Amino acid sequence: MTTLVTSRKQRRERHSGSIGRVIFLLTCALLTLGPVLWTLSTSLRPPGEAFDLPPQFLPLNPDFSSYTGVFEQIDMLRLVINSALVTGLIAVGQMVSAAMAGYAFARLEFRGKKWIFALILATMMIPVQVTIVPVFMLVRGMGLADTLLALIIPAIPTAFGTFLMRQYFMGIPAELAEAAQIDGASPWQTFRSIYLPLAMPGMAIVGVLAFNYHWNEFFRPLIMTISEENFTLPLGLVTLQGNMGTGSISVVLAGVILSMIPAFIVFLFGQRSLREGLTAGVSK
Amino acid sequence: MARVTNLATMTPAGRTRSWRIFAWILIAPTVIGMLLFTVVPIIGSLLLAFFRWDIMSAPEFVGLQNFAEAVSSPTVRVSFLNTIAFVVVAATLQLGIALMLAVLVQEKMPNWLRVFFRSVFFFPLILSAASVSIFMSYLFNEQFGVVNWLLSLVNIPAVPWLTTSSGSAAVIILVYVWQNFGFSFLLFLGGLSSIPKDMYEAAELDGAGGWGKLVHVTMPLLSPTTLVASVMAVINALQVFDQPYVLTRGGPGDSTRTAVMVIFESAFQKLEFGLASAIGLILMILIMFVTYIQFRLSRRFVFYQ
Repeated sequence: MTTLVTSRKQRRERHSGSIGRVIFLLTCALLTLGPVLWTLSTSLRPPGEAFDLPPQFLPLNPDFSSYTGVFEQIDMLRLVINSALVTGLIAVGQMVSAAMAGYAFARLEFRGKKWIFALILATMMIPVQVTIVPVFMLVRGMGLADTLLALIIPAIPTAFGTFLMRQYFMGIPAELAEAAQIDGASPWQTFRSIYLPLAMPGMAIVGVLAFNYHWNEFFRPLIMTISEENFTLPLGLVTLQGNMGTGSISVVLAGVILSMIPAFIVFLFGQRSLREGLTAGVSK
Repeated sequence: MARVTNLATMTPAGRTRSWRIFAWILIAPTVIGMLLFTVVPIIGSLLLAFFRWDIMSAPEFVGLQNFAEAVSSPTVRVSFLNTIAFVVVAATLQLGIALMLAVLVQEKMPNWLRVFFRSVFFFPLILSAASVSIFMSYLFNEQFGVVNWLLSLVNIPAVPWLTTSSGSAAVIILVYVWQNFGFSFLLFLGGLSSIPKDMYEAAELDGAGGWGKLVHVTMPLLSPTTLVASVMAVINALQVFDQPYVLTRGGPGDSTRTAVMVIFESAFQKLEFGLASAIGLILMILIMFVTYIQFRLSRRFVFYQ
């Protein structure tokens, strides 16, 4: 009886508090989206009006001249192709290599397994800035200085991806493999036709994470590439901004919006994988 | 024919051997890659820190001179102090905002609204820090920027955001936190959803109000998440580079130069690769030390169920 009364009182209190709470959260949401909406609407205004105040947050009369402008000012197409190549190859490379290693660590026995896995996990603690100088030398020594491969190859081995895939394979019942071996399946067949198809969602997480990280990456491309024909999008856009000063900012912003589109598509369709990947290893 | 070979490998010895070789083939790309691009470079960095090398001439052994130079150089010292100040302010803001929003979003509300908020607060994470810094630099423009225009509406005079030391530092912190709070928010949201409902019911029976539940139920049960979220926030903030590089290039003066920026500049602008390695190692030790302290503190303050 007492519980009933309390819960009703509680409910009333919660209700009165919830409107203020939602208004506050909506304000925070506006502060989060506002800068992006301003970027979008400014990229759709004629370059001369970009800095007009009061600002516009909604593109009511869209003007696409900045979007053609950005292709004239810089080799935008080249930047897009470079970014797509670098990100795509890293993502595929990570998915494949992490699935292979993850499966071996989860389901196979071999000498030194524990130690090798511990070593791989330990590399996660080393920040990229500490190894960048020797990696730069190494890549230079391999004759890959100022090429896209200099960005791609060192980024393929992934400790976190291997860890993630190991967890994923451990969640798949081992009985499946035993059944397949009784039917005479080779190690490769067991992996390829039984485990790999079941591990696709895990590989999707690795791929989406790799995409999100490397599509937006700035530090490594800044160091590894020298000629503009090898720049990726973030680097190209920062260079464009530097050349423009405060000239026609809507052209720069058009480039920024274009570079966001693939990330936005991944956000729409792969948000769940991305969320799971980013928080993986944290919640047990 | 194939059937026969398979039957042959079915004998235990043959089977385990082929499986073992298979395992080595599977881990080879990752293990070789790790050795080549992480293990060898970290050893290389350790060695390089004791040499002077500008790529052109042969490396020259200089003992601890690079470390001495790193410690005595005003630019390096200021950069590390900037980085530490940045970490304290940015990580505190990021965790505070994230925790508050996660608690508010976790409370009772229609599910579509919760999904909406979660997506919005997550959104900045998918953008590149470089792009974000580009559009933020226009928003914080002193004369034409939207931020100063908004401030002018409430009669606050134009703030010289990117031309003064304190203004630049403030912009870098705001831009960084704006982009990264969503990550801590996701962690807190996950932690909150794993707190059993009956804990709150028990607290209610004991007469706890909203605040009492937050202090006596939510905070203790959330403390493992808080630990992980703060370790990750601090490690990431210690490595800040993109925002100050794009927004201020470290200026005015050295006022927004960070540790990673001096690594970058020493190596790739001044060609002092040994010095850069030494600074990198100092940063790595700092990161490990902070992580260690946080886990030590956690023994006292973190409550594991």
